[in-house]
Amino acid sequence: MKLDTNGNFYTFIYAAVLVIVVAAGLAFTAIKLQPMQEENVRVEKMQNILQSIGLDPTTENASELYEQYIKKDFVVNIEGEEIEGKGFDVNMKKESRKTFKINTLKGKMEKADDSEKEAFQKEIDEVKSTIELPVYVGEKDGETIYILPLQGKGLWGPVWGYIALKDDFNTIKGAVFDHKAETPGLGADINKDWFEDPFQGKTLFEGDEFVSVTLYKGGKGSAVIAGDTNHGCDAISGGTITSKGVERMLKEEWFYNYEAFLKRNK
Amino acid sequence: MILELNNTLKMAKNTKLLTDPINLNNPITIQVLGICSALAITVKLEPAIVMSIAVLFVMAFANVIISLLRNTIPSRIRIIVQLVVIAALVILVDQVLKAYVYDVSKQLSVFVGLIITNCIIMGRLEAFALGNKPWESFLDGVGNAGGYAIILIIVAAIRELLGSGTLTLPGLGEVHVLTWLVENTGYENNGLMILPPMALIVVGIIIWVQRAKTRELIEEN
Repeated sequence: MKLDTNGNFYTFIYAAVLVIVVAAGLAFTAIKLQPMQEENVRVEKMQNILQSIGLDPTTENASELYEQYIKKDFVVNIEGEEIEGKGFDVNMKKESRKTFKINTLKGKMEKADDSEKEAFQKEIDEVKSTIELPVYVGEKDGETIYILPLQGKGLWGPVWGYIALKDDFNTIKGAVFDHKAETPGLGADINKDWFEDPFQGKTLFEGDEFVSVTLYKGGKGSAVIAGDTNHGCDAISGGTITSKGVERMLKEEWFYNYEAFLKRNK
Repeated sequence: MILELNNTLKMAKNTKLLTDPINLNNPITIQVLGICSALAITVKLEPAIVMSIAVLFVMAFANVIISLLRNTIPSRIRIIVQLVVIAALVILVDQVLKAYVYDVSKQLSVFVGLIITNCIIMGRLEAFALGNKPWESFLDGVGNAGGYAIILIIVAAIRELLGSGTLTLPGLGEVHVLTWLVENTGYENNGLMILPPMALIVVGIIIWVQRAKTRELIEEN
């Protein structure tokens, strides 16, 4: 018997069977491989944290070095008070979305009438109170280092990083950045040493004001030209949107959340 | 005797399947397919190489699968069937890379997903695999991926060398090739090479050189 491959019934059944077989196959592989993928992400996170304090771990020894150098990880709230939980387990993407939400609400509040402002303010405070901020405490060469994670948006996807602070909660000891999908050769260079190294020695506070780090456009040396040697670094030419994203992450889109915590300890 | 001749002919045909797409019927320079990925991932050499390998895998296996199914596929939904097969393979590659070679997977990031939209794969499925046997389809897939890879790697090498002064090879990291040039002649990295338009211009130059060098491609009028 020759099958009529153009019949409606056959076409429907064919499509249904194909899709079900493919979906089942992919679901199976995804579930089988998930533990390995999660382990990779975990190890990468440890590598990032260790890199921020100036170590160069490989995939193999990251866990071991992490045990050795990172003494403690905890969570603080927006007021800088320590709350329950382990810093490593905080879902940074979820937390950064809260910050994006606050910024959108703030934008709306500015445009809103006076009568509505209160409601917006209430909503902002509500979201703010739920933010969880991880802090890692490391020890290297007898020095205590505080490592604060960053999470933000680049051009094509998320960007993130870790800022290691000396125990004055002001001077940057080291910084690492990484990204999911920035443009190779341009924005993707935020994870290169030449972008990260200049952060060392920069300070977060100008007097009592939390200014964080500003990125200056215009190629090498633009921060110096702008006269901001204490809190300024060079942005990436050609990677403007990624640089802007990193700067926002260092400021209102994430890092400003730590203001209370830093001031409390400074 | 006839059988023998038949076999030799078949062999010759199979070799042609592999070699034709490299030069005479190159998917990028002659058929002008897959230009989008040629622009997107040729800034550095390493992603270009890894992308080529990923495309080779997806194209060869998609071709085989479609060829095996070719007599059962309802012609009205054949494009959808092709897409499902490609997408499934791409997701498979992505998942496996993420689990076993996480570093490479990070390098490729979004580009793995872009394989789905690579028109060369769809083009070969539609034009070849639907009407040919699995083994020939496999060879055709490998050949076309090879032709794609060669152009991708040439363009990436030119762009990275002139744009960043380096060549990034898998396993070796960045090799600073132009260091002595920079020191001795004051060559400055050309930032324009990193931007997408230059990929198009480089591809254009390759087409020009290829057409000028290959007798078969010179048009009469």
